Amino acid sequence: MSSLLLLGVHQPGHTVLHRLPVGVKMTALAAYSLTVVLVRSATWSWGFLALALAAALLGRVRLRTLARAARSVLVVALVVAALQGWLYGLPKAVETFVDLLALALAAVVLTATTAVNAILDAIVRWLGPLRRVGANPERVALTFSLALQALPGTLALALETRDAARARGLGRHPRAFLTPFVIRVVARAHETGDALQARGLGD
Amino acid sequence: MPTLTLDGAGVTVPTVGGDRVVLAPTTLTLTEHRIGVVGANGSGKSTLARLLNGLVTPSVGRVLVDGVDVARRGAEVRRRVGFSFTDPAAQLVMPTCVEDVELSLRRHERDGARRRERALAVLARYGLADHAHDSVHSLSGGQKQLLALAGVLASEPAVLVADEPTTLLDLANTRRVGDLLLGLDQQLVLVTHDLDLARRCDRVLVVADGAVIVDGPPDEAVERYVRSALP
Repeated sequence: MSSLLLLGVHQPGHTVLHRLPVGVKMTALAAYSLTVVLVRSATWSWGFLALALAAALLGRVRLRTLARAARSVLVVALVVAALQGWLYGLPKAVETFVDLLALALAAVVLTATTAVNAILDAIVRWLGPLRRVGANPERVALTFSLALQALPGTLALALETRDAARARGLGRHPRAFLTPFVIRVVARAHETGDALQARGLGD
Repeated sequence: MPTLTLDGAGVTVPTVGGDRVVLAPTTLTLTEHRIGVVGANGSGKSTLARLLNGLVTPSVGRVLVDGVDVARRGAEVRRRVGFSFTDPAAQLVMPTCVEDVELSLRRHERDGARRRERALAVLARYGLADHAHDSVHSLSGGQKQLLALAGVLASEPAVLVADEPTTLLDLANTRRVGDLLLGLDQQLVLVTHDLDLARRCDRVLVVADGAVIVDGPPDEAVERYVRSALP
């Protein structure tokens, strides 16, 4: 099993971060993310990364979990940083790379210290007033949680599809991977929809 | 036991060459504790099972659960009829085991702490207590199926419809899941290729080419199915 499939897994605990209300943590993450994106300074980037690591330390997030998160964003961060480096020079490349890493780690700190159902409860509470205009907070919250879970689930399908292509001797040809992968993702979406309906979660 | 009624219920699907009958109009009343459904792949047995939970609505006729029309009051029926799929991976939608069971309990328990307590108790009942905080992706196939069943049974439905729940499992897990299902207090509709499990039911339906061709005591129905499937 790929270690990336374990991303987003809640680690029960009693640290300050575990005890903080979901709303505070989500607002803090949103504010942090905005600041990281808006402040353009390589020096500050290292500070943001240090802040994310300090939060991880405070929440006693396992080092292995952080390493997985870093690894999952590494390729994307390197590609984006390389592009930035090519366009704007080395300092910009470093800043982009460190910023992306910091954002990924901060997101992992939130998911590791907050149960998905607690996030769901909070979203349902926040969207409660919108019931008056016909919104269904439970459904919106469920969509949000499914989005959180989609990454490891889709990754599992990608790995299975890659193995199936290899087993048939199709190697790395993009068509041998992409076509069945897309079909499987759509099929899995249908199955998940059926499963949610069967559990009465869409009612 | 609840009464499951198919009143001339049939399903057709549109195809390029015209409508195709997936399940011919069928009339049945199921009141037994354990009902087995056997048949070849593509025979229509899963469609029959899905009618009972409202996952498929009949093109003709009606499906009733204790007199409640599945097509008209689907939400009410789904609270009474749980459904378990062949591939548990499609049913597990939360990152960890306890969170997935908690998801099923959301409608029944608003308080987060009590919901967690109930979810942990459900996991313990199905031998998954040690995996409560593990990723659902880290479980074996048998454990995933047990977790999927725990998620469905957590809300204590009156009926469980299980669509080939042991097809992807090894021998030991087939036995484990089979024993669990057949030991439930709930009414069970078990779609299966495992004829040993079917023989342990109280009544068996044999489905072939979109129609129920045999309906009777398990040994007799299974025997007739074997004879028709292996001429």
